[in-house]
Amino acid sequence: MSDTHKDVSTIEPHGDAPLYPLPPHHHRLTDTDPRAARRAERQVAGMFALSALSIVAFIVAYVTIPTTSFIDLGPIGVLQTSNLALGLTFGLAILLIGLGAIQWAKKLMADEEITDERHPVGSPIEDQEAAAELFATGVAESGFVERKIIRRTLIAALALFPLPLIVFLKDMGPLPGTSLRTTIWQKGSRIVVDVTGLKLRPEDLAIGTLVSASPEDLNKIQEEEGTQNARAKASIILVRMRPDEIKSQQGDGWDVQGILAFSKICTHVGCPIALYQQRQHALLCPCHQSTFDLSDSGKVIFGPAARRMPQLPITVDSEGYLVAQSDFQEPVGPSFWERG
Amino acid sequence: MTSTSVRRHKATGLLVLLAALVVTGIGYTAVTTTAEAAPTAASQTQVDAGRQLFLEGCATCHGLAAQGTNSGPGLIGVGAAAVDFQVSTGRMPLAAPAVQAPRKTPVYTAEQVSALAAYVASLGAGPAIPSASDVSTTDANLAEGGELFRTNCQQCHNYSGAGGALSDGKYAPSLMRATPTEIYEAMITGPQNMPNFTDATLPKAQKQAIIKYIAHLQEAASPGGLALGSYGPVTEGVLIWVAGIGALLLASVWIGAKVR
Repeated sequence: MSDTHKDVSTIEPHGDAPLYPLPPHHHRLTDTDPRAARRAERQVAGMFALSALSIVAFIVAYVTIPTTSFIDLGPIGVLQTSNLALGLTFGLAILLIGLGAIQWAKKLMADEEITDERHPVGSPIEDQEAAAELFATGVAESGFVERKIIRRTLIAALALFPLPLIVFLKDMGPLPGTSLRTTIWQKGSRIVVDVTGLKLRPEDLAIGTLVSASPEDLNKIQEEEGTQNARAKASIILVRMRPDEIKSQQGDGWDVQGILAFSKICTHVGCPIALYQQRQHALLCPCHQSTFDLSDSGKVIFGPAARRMPQLPITVDSEGYLVAQSDFQEPVGPSFWERG
Repeated sequence: MTSTSVRRHKATGLLVLLAALVVTGIGYTAVTTTAEAAPTAASQTQVDAGRQLFLEGCATCHGLAAQGTNSGPGLIGVGAAAVDFQVSTGRMPLAAPAVQAPRKTPVYTAEQVSALAAYVASLGAGPAIPSASDVSTTDANLAEGGELFRTNCQQCHNYSGAGGALSDGKYAPSLMRATPTEIYEAMITGPQNMPNFTDATLPKAQKQAIIKYIAHLQEAASPGGLALGSYGPVTEGVLIWVAGIGALLLASVWIGAKVR
């Protein structure tokens, strides 16, 4: 035992009484009764042995139980048998190693109370003085103060050294330019149903119909660009309500016989929304419960969104299909720094 | 004895009438090519019976002529499919005024539902009850159904079909007990706050694909056991914070406890 670790019984009292008196030490049953010690030993060894058995069982279960087998455990539900067996055996194996180790430490390992006295944290005064002297000698011997040209060029070199890091920042660009303000919608873009790509005529939508839609050329553009950026901005929903239910729109004549087109991207943080409650004409975002009233210019009626849902002006083309009148008139999706 | 035989006699008459109705119905369906014609297949007797049931059970809220009142919407033109969906799932009649009608044990028998549907269909053209071939999923594409479900249904009914919350106490119900006919009817009629999905925007083959996918969700076992309602991080988080961290706390108390 080193001089800093002293047995409780031999510790020197500070003055008349110890500063932090320890309660009297009681020995454990396993220290005084050899039979209890043997019992604890058997417990610990038993846990380690069970752990080993569990690992063997894990390997057996992995090899033998088919993944197509399911087991009904009543209230817990129907489980894949192999998942259950693998989880139980592996979990037991690691749990028993832990339990055994703790039981071993608690019951059998040496039970002596030890006081570890603290040292002052700072270095001794003489060491500090020596270090300061060494530094001063270094400054004097290097001539750092007298040789101004060396000192200044060194400072210049060190100051310029981080510049490449700033140059590398350019690769995080290019700046988005107008891409945050525009989408691929343009005058005459046909509106098609998502997934199926069906073109739409106004009579295809009944009162209360909801359609998730996109521009007809979306898939082609998406393939050319190799990203989902175009889809992320151009996704829309179409809803139809009775024309007299429309309280206001973002522009005159932006609907077709009560069919309204709105961006599908929440103006809060950009979740796609299609939780449309057709009776209230309310569009509810599942992420943070922002709610937009589509019968009233898409204005926010609840939740953290700060901006209304952008509306896409639509009309019908010469063949009677629904098309966009133009791109969105305001940026879609969440707000951004330069949006103003 | 006499009264029994009379009763039996009466019952026989009713059965013959029913059989005749069924034969007529099946015969008509066989020669009918479009589903829209189905309401006219209902006999006048059925419409009359439906009107009687309507006046007794529905008119209080929906109005004597189904024109609607402050307590309930008008039913002219909603079609037989809407009635079949609402009444056969027990959502209507409403037990008490509420933001949303919950699914419960149906009050009316299948025949009464058909009569009510026939009556409402006779008031104005609307979606008909889909036929067995309409909801057949034999040729449906399960993978396409999954994609369509995730595009059109998942946002309200949950990726697993477990349902989810809407605003002001309303909710999208669980699809776990929904039958193919009910799913089809819900898509074409848009019950309560659900938007509708017309055959022009979501054709029959795609509806069948969605039904097949929902049937798959209903049958699919959860390999991990307790799905916790498939609500995602909320229920899973509660369990792990309460049970998991609780167990760790107990373990650390045990580790730190003094041994006697």
